[in-house]
Amino acid sequence: MSLPYQSRASSEAAVSDMIAANRARYDELMVAAADVSPLVLPPPTALDAAPIMPADIRHRETIPGGWYWTKTLRRGEGLRLLNTSATLGVSLFAWNAADTSERYNSADTVKLQWTSELRKGRLLFSDMGRVLFSIVEDTSGAHDTIVGGSTPASNARKYGDPALRSTRENMLLAAGKHGLGARDLAPVMTFFAPVAVAGATAAWRDGAKVRLGEFVDLRAELDLIVAVSNCPHPLAPDAEFAPGPIDAIVFRQPEPAPNDLCRTATPEARRGFDNNELYVQA
Amino acid sequence: MTEPTVQATDSKPFFAAPGLNTVEPVYDFTIPANRPWSRLIRKGEILRIVDLEGCQAVDTLFYNAADTSERYSAQDTILMQASPYVTTGTRLISSQGRSMGVVIADSCGRHDTSAGACSCEANTVRFGHQTRYMHACRENFILEVAKHGMTKRDIVPNINFFMNVPIEPDGKLAIVDGVSHPGDHVDILMTMDVIAVISNCPQINNPCNGFNPTPVQVLVFDTATV
Repeated sequence: MSLPYQSRASSEAAVSDMIAANRARYDELMVAAADVSPLVLPPPTALDAAPIMPADIRHRETIPGGWYWTKTLRRGEGLRLLNTSATLGVSLFAWNAADTSERYNSADTVKLQWTSELRKGRLLFSDMGRVLFSIVEDTSGAHDTIVGGSTPASNARKYGDPALRSTRENMLLAAGKHGLGARDLAPVMTFFAPVAVAGATAAWRDGAKVRLGEFVDLRAELDLIVAVSNCPHPLAPDAEFAPGPIDAIVFRQPEPAPNDLCRTATPEARRGFDNNELYVQA
Repeated sequence: MTEPTVQATDSKPFFAAPGLNTVEPVYDFTIPANRPWSRLIRKGEILRIVDLEGCQAVDTLFYNAADTSERYSAQDTILMQASPYVTTGTRLISSQGRSMGVVIADSCGRHDTSAGACSCEANTVRFGHQTRYMHACRENFILEVAKHGMTKRDIVPNINFFMNVPIEPDGKLAIVDGVSHPGDHVDILMTMDVIAVISNCPQINNPCNGFNPTPVQVLVFDTATV
């Protein structure tokens, strides 16, 4: 692959040659991405699969409905979000613990993977072309990072009360506990939220249910500060604000194998992990 | 040439937008290809962005001029409209859930606010490590927000005017050929004093700029005189 060039070409013929060369490279990448999903990604994890050995658990905590939780995770550690109440959405945000200007980037996450369907085998990217989390287990494959989390305004519209707990305020609180603030927040990832875009409309999938015992296992790929907000997704079909508890479990995971699914599923994943490798070596 | 997989739908004005006399803007500037721009725009002023040559992504952010920790929020905007696309009638919502502006006219019909800006770092993942040393929107944004005392920390997922990123029901998402024509424009009536920040996107590795970045025009109109 030759180095693309960016300066404005001088003649009309040179411009069309440049456009044709640039387009050909992009078409190649798009075709390659279409071959990946969802064919080579495994089906969702069974609810009773992927047990965690008690000896591997560093921390386990129940996050009450409506509340938030924050923790520093070491690179390689696992975080299980276990939906013990079939609550309708749990939001997550994360920062690089060593430099909090690097943080979860929803736009890069969907753009780099050519999909907003984040499921087992997919990654959560930072704004720096690096991987924050790998999704190593996932029982549903139905999550959302396009619409995000609840806010005082969305609670006012949906439940008639802006004072109810919201993901926006939870994230501000979680950020605050690390000396961070409004400038450190950005769009979030919301698990257990089967939201899809059809036509020009983003909506909760018709009739989609969140099952009791759903879980997602994330592997921290850098040392991270993670914030979790246990508030329902703003498009969830709940008429009353009644979020149930979830469990957050921090656990030791084995060193990823050379053929680790998340690290090798796509060329984009491999290049993202190249960037992680360069960073942690430095 | 790849055909776009989704055509933009006709946008219907939700109220009669004022006809703007384009010879009487209070401000008129052409942003060269690849370059950043920013300006304070007052509540009640209308920002018009013109895609002069067509198919040019215009990466745009808004900050509350009185408190820049309040800024454009893509997710709040998407939630408010229940749509991932920006067009006539879209209210642009801040991180505090407040209206920053409303799109009152749009001759293009669809703009993206899910796919964010390009960066040198993300380019390495998307297009290969050989693209690291190419100019990118993130670079433009860092330089431009610095003029207002802000840093990378203040940069969030933005609006991409004139960029076409259809999202399919299975989540599939790609930047495809633009649907804007030369001279297409979008008008935003500001409902808050804002600092508008633009990166005239320099990306040539995907179709967001027709693989050939071109200039765009920004005009500001005072509603008291239109």
